[in-house]
Amino acid sequence: MVRDIEYIVIVDEAFNLYLRRGGFMKKVIYLDNAATTKVRPEVVEAMLPYYTEYYGNPSSVYEFSTPCKKAMAHTREVIANALGAKTEEIYFTNGGTESDNWALKAAAEAYASKGKHIITTTIEHHAILHTAEYLAKNGYEVTYVPVDENGSLNLEALKQAIRPDTILISVMFANNEIGTIQPIKEIGEIAKEHGILFHTDAVQAFGHEPINVDEYHIDMLSASAHKLHGPKGVGFLYIRKGLKLRSFIHGGAQERKRRAGTENVPGIVGLGKCVELAMASMEETKKKETELRDYLIERVLSEIPYTRLNGHRTQRLSNNTNFAFQFIEGESLLIMLDMAGICGSSGSACTSGSLDPSHVLLAIGLPHEIAHGSLRLTLSDETTKEEIDYTIDNLKGIVERLRSMSPLYEDFVKSREKKDI
Amino acid sequence: MYSEKVMDHFQNPRNVGEIEGASGVGTVGNAKCGDIMRIYLDIDDETRVIKDCKFKTFGCGAAVATSSMATELVIGKTIEEAMKVTNKAVMEALDGLPPVKVHCSLLAEEAIHSALWDYAEKKGIQIEGLEKPKSDISEHEEDEEY
Repeated sequence: MVRDIEYIVIVDEAFNLYLRRGGFMKKVIYLDNAATTKVRPEVVEAMLPYYTEYYGNPSSVYEFSTPCKKAMAHTREVIANALGAKTEEIYFTNGGTESDNWALKAAAEAYASKGKHIITTTIEHHAILHTAEYLAKNGYEVTYVPVDENGSLNLEALKQAIRPDTILISVMFANNEIGTIQPIKEIGEIAKEHGILFHTDAVQAFGHEPINVDEYHIDMLSASAHKLHGPKGVGFLYIRKGLKLRSFIHGGAQERKRRAGTENVPGIVGLGKCVELAMASMEETKKKETELRDYLIERVLSEIPYTRLNGHRTQRLSNNTNFAFQFIEGESLLIMLDMAGICGSSGSACTSGSLDPSHVLLAIGLPHEIAHGSLRLTLSDETTKEEIDYTIDNLKGIVERLRSMSPLYEDFVKSREKKDI
Repeated sequence: MYSEKVMDHFQNPRNVGEIEGASGVGTVGNAKCGDIMRIYLDIDDETRVIKDCKFKTFGCGAAVATSSMATELVIGKTIEEAMKVTNKAVMEALDGLPPVKVHCSLLAEEAIHSALWDYAEKKGIQIEGLEKPKSDISEHEEDEEY
């Protein structure tokens, strides 16, 4: 099958996106760039020859595989430069989740003789939280340091959580739901002072925010290509030289015997290209996105009553917005936005199939009923002001409509009327 | 993920609103699990026929659709007939629900019962088969080991 025969995606000259199904066509506004991003044409172009021409196995001896080896070395260099790291400290993986699993499990195993205590936070991605839970079931102790109402880590609480047997601190660089950027440098300094390993899940931040592993005292860092306009299924783990982490995937001698399996060469080429592009335009992209993000936040907060912004107002990713609309529920909101062609996401329970709302929104202190009404809209450098205006114009009507159906809003209005009398 | 009927009742919900001086009102669910339903009934005391039914719901697409369908199913029925509108009947009328949303249909049934209970209490009557409604319906979902 070449294409989905039911759904046709159309992009016009002005880069407007449309989805056609049968006789129906709708304009699509993609505001879920924290979930994944469009692969840039330059990235696809760079990858293609490594499927069709340079298809050799990079482990092979013959000259035919040399371009594959060269391409991988190039990506390693691009990433090392982006992080201020050495090329031999970069290990390719299949993405953020694998990198997180590897970092936590391997560090726990390698340093078990020193201690079995791990510190992380209440707002990590499930790739960290569920790995930490797995370790907790296997003889390790995990402390989850709380965050404040903006989602920023409490540094005092972090210091207090440190024990003589603490071997690892893992704190995400920026949160995937609410966009809050953590004081990574300060955390790295605390870890270094106490001789504890520091891992950061930088899946949302790498290529978006400047990162220097030496300056921030980062020992391990996870990242993924598909959040950066690169392909899905490829990422890396940075491991500081000298750390004795064992292999996570056993097999051949790839990645200096630490990550077996024939390398995803086209993916690695795509990773290198998207990082190159992201690093070259980081400042410009951040500026553009920040302006649009702030415009979106201002308009939503001023035009839709009983709404709050989740996450730090300024210490946040330039492409992230996350709102809580009181009295309404997230899934209903998402379906109605989808009908208007707007792709957003929610920390709502219902979208994930579990009954609990987002652990991140609960961790920043939101009550359940407000946490249920959250909406995350994440931009890219291709997002336009027109798209934002269209989104807000639709959002206003949808929130109003859902509130008119909500028993919580009815109770609120009645109690307000009573007060007025 | 949803059937066309669910989407229709979500997009064009029937009988949304309030009934002033309703014969019975019932609210069930809780904000923790993300669904709250409120049902208003207007009942003819002599014929025991439900003349009108309205709802307000805080919840997901399935919660709105099941509330809407439940109101349609009980309007015009006697109390005794309305007692037979089970969650299964609501689900069937909607051409099914995804497994994780079955609790929404239970909530709809419970909301109707809760409104009938309120009516019975006000009138000092007994409705056969009606038990004091639970304020909440929650299924115990066990997390799989990983």
